[in-house]
Amino acid sequence: MSGRLATVGYRIAHAIPVILGVVVVSFLLTRALPGDPAVYFAGPAADEASIAQIRTALGLDKSLPEQFFVYAGDVLSGDLGQSISTGQPVLSDLANRLPASLELTLTALLLSCAIAIPLGVLAATRPGTTVDHLCRVLVTAGVSLPTFFTGVVLIYVFYYLLGIAPSPLGRLDFIYIEPDHVTGFYLIDAAIAGDWETWIGAVKQLILPAITLALFTLAPLARMTRAAMLSALSSDYIRTARAAGLTENKVLFTYAFRNALLPVITTLGMVFSFTLGANVLVEKVFAWPGIGSYAVEALVVSDYAAVQGFVLAMALLFVALNLIIDIAYTLIDPRIGFETR
Amino acid sequence: MTYNSSRRGFLKGAGATVLGASVLPFLKVLPASAAGNDVVVAVTGQTINSLDIHRTGTNRPSYQVAVNVYDRLVSFGTKTLEDGSLSYDYSVIEPEIAESWEFTDDGMAIVFKLRPAGKFQDGSPITAADVKWSFDRAVSVGGFPTVQMKAGSLEKPEQFEAVDDLTFKINLLRKSKLTLPDLAVPVPMIINSKVAIANATDEDPWAMEYLHKNPSGSGAFKVASWKPGEQLVYERNDEWTSGPLPSVKRVVLREVPSPATRRALLERGDVNMSFNMPNKDAKELSETEDITIATTPIENAIYCLCPNLSFEPFKDKKVRQAIAWSVPYEEVFQTAAYGRGAPMWGGASTTPADIAWPQKFPYSTDLDKAKALLEEAGHGSGFEVPLSISLSQTDWMEPAALLIQENLAKIGIKATIEKIPGANWRTASLVEKRLPLHLETFGGWLNYPCYYFFWAYLEGHLFNSSNYRNEEIETLTGETLHMNVDDPDYAPKIKRMIEIVWDEVPRIALWQPALNVGTREVSGYEYWFHRQLDVRGLAKS
Repeated sequence: MSGRLATVGYRIAHAIPVILGVVVVSFLLTRALPGDPAVYFAGPAADEASIAQIRTALGLDKSLPEQFFVYAGDVLSGDLGQSISTGQPVLSDLANRLPASLELTLTALLLSCAIAIPLGVLAATRPGTTVDHLCRVLVTAGVSLPTFFTGVVLIYVFYYLLGIAPSPLGRLDFIYIEPDHVTGFYLIDAAIAGDWETWIGAVKQLILPAITLALFTLAPLARMTRAAMLSALSSDYIRTARAAGLTENKVLFTYAFRNALLPVITTLGMVFSFTLGANVLVEKVFAWPGIGSYAVEALVVSDYAAVQGFVLAMALLFVALNLIIDIAYTLIDPRIGFETR
Repeated sequence: MTYNSSRRGFLKGAGATVLGASVLPFLKVLPASAAGNDVVVAVTGQTINSLDIHRTGTNRPSYQVAVNVYDRLVSFGTKTLEDGSLSYDYSVIEPEIAESWEFTDDGMAIVFKLRPAGKFQDGSPITAADVKWSFDRAVSVGGFPTVQMKAGSLEKPEQFEAVDDLTFKINLLRKSKLTLPDLAVPVPMIINSKVAIANATDEDPWAMEYLHKNPSGSGAFKVASWKPGEQLVYERNDEWTSGPLPSVKRVVLREVPSPATRRALLERGDVNMSFNMPNKDAKELSETEDITIATTPIENAIYCLCPNLSFEPFKDKKVRQAIAWSVPYEEVFQTAAYGRGAPMWGGASTTPADIAWPQKFPYSTDLDKAKALLEEAGHGSGFEVPLSISLSQTDWMEPAALLIQENLAKIGIKATIEKIPGANWRTASLVEKRLPLHLETFGGWLNYPCYYFFWAYLEGHLFNSSNYRNEEIETLTGETLHMNVDDPDYAPKIKRMIEIVWDEVPRIALWQPALNVGTREVSGYEYWFHRQLDVRGLAKS
């Protein structure tokens, strides 16, 4: 166990150059963005003098290396700067918005897995049957409908026409009061506070956007499960297991599924990272105060600090995610020696 | 007050102060329509990024906090428009914090008497020292507030004098009709200087950091909670001393970025108000029962097509006129604005009958005339030009540009549409003024033609993106800018100015844009020049 801990430490140490690289690249890239934030934020009626004042206030009158050292120093001391477009410290913006995005994405992925993996297994065990075709149709439809379209259609049907869904007003309808901030996940925070009314309110708000995202992420997961299961089922050890007279369930789940899970977990990691940053459109449609729309808005107005903070947060998240996935590998498949790397 | 108010603090604050029973329906699980008779729920697509209008980087939607949470010395009156909707009335200046005011005999100073009973939201009295501190701040912090103060000839702290507790004097640099109206715009709000000074530091003498999140004014509403990117909740200040007590106790302003979602919410009746709706939704919902759409043409604002005089073919007046005759105005208005707003073409005469501004330009769609003018200018075979639009204003710029492009092709001008990112747009069009042919919009807060001319037709001024210069315009604008409107010289000079820019068309007017607001079970919405939501007059019906 201590060996595993040491390896985790080793892996984290390996991530440091990556993070440093991200800091430098994000700094340079934001500076390469078109547009002049000083002019933008000086407002509609600004003159030369007030633009210059703002440039000084933002520290943009300094040379690029100087700006970089100021930024690097701030990052080291845990200060990601102040976002000009939201008027808040970037750190508190991220602390507010990252849990919102994570809550949505994780719920969507759970939902997606709950449908995609059984569907993929079913399709793999009965290739060419109706279930297989149904799986194909569902995933093709899911991936080919853009998320904003699915979102608007769901709102139209379930909120506008049927009136079953609550108003698409973000994480909580205004009639509820948000739970005390512990983790930033409303479902967890409301549960901690024991406020089940708010919990149900938060779940209701979550359902439609989570379904929208789940539909979109269904395809890669279901297809990957099906492919991995097919190849596992046609492998030698399954033939041996069957020959040894093991029950079909034992063969399917203990031997085939466990082996097929590896590529599925890899895909899951990729889908997760992709979805977290890319669900801007879902966030817009459902007024979800997530990190995707935050980053896009910051990018549009050349809000340097916010963009850099976003990139850095995502980089840290991916490093953590990859670590978790690698650990998950070793848990699923003991043959993969974590310590040997 | 804080933007991340906790549940406990919220309940305690609500129970202890003004809410009492009205908070109860709030906690129950009820649709918005039943959320209580004194709660209004509004949605908007924009984010409020600061509670302090003086701060660098405070965006336009945040100006409403200055309107609702702070008071000014004076305010504008209210009038009813032809369609029955309400609008502010720029011709009437009403008292707000000031009880009365008068000009000194030489006309070089204004003396304001403050209301003796005036109180800030924390209960402390409003004194002339607070007014002086607030005005000093507005002219000292730089950026937008300072520029806006300057428009009213309010330029330096020495002009402001606290004579005694209830007497405040402004010494004028020049006699100007713009000074008094400029005191009624959101910028010169009165801040509780005692609270602000207590939270100021050596590096931050104007308490920018504190007031950014903790407004301390005397206005009709307090900020009960603020979550940037999500919502802002206003709560009535029951002790408001500057006007009649508003009838709603609470206004929840929710940010919903997607227009389709905002529309669904309003149609379903889950919100009472949708602020700044797209023209398309306004048009389609205007026939709906229960929903009232107020479409108010924005004063002193025009959407324009601007040929840049720094570029060769446009130096010739005839080429600019040819373009003005070639624009398919009606199609542009119907397609890009869904007919919401006011037409700005087809004026009867080339000399204006009155000094109304904006008024219809004497151009319409006449391709033969356009061709003849191009021929005369020696460009009969046409030329090529990029037509620039901003990516952040594609809603109206893209359809307008496509239609204009089509008609320009008919007179031999090959226009290619160039889309410029929003962050670049201001720099390219207004600061560097380097776009040969582009779409532009400017609206002046102070509703005088000379004020529009000052910003949009004087050489080097920000919104003169056409690089236009005309000696007569330069002189006349300078003369009329501070002149009283009832001065006998004013109208003839303004008419002459309008005549010149009609003839020389450095800006080709397309139409006057409109602000659309949809309401449901709410009355009392009033249009303001600042185009932000003033919640003080709202009432649940």
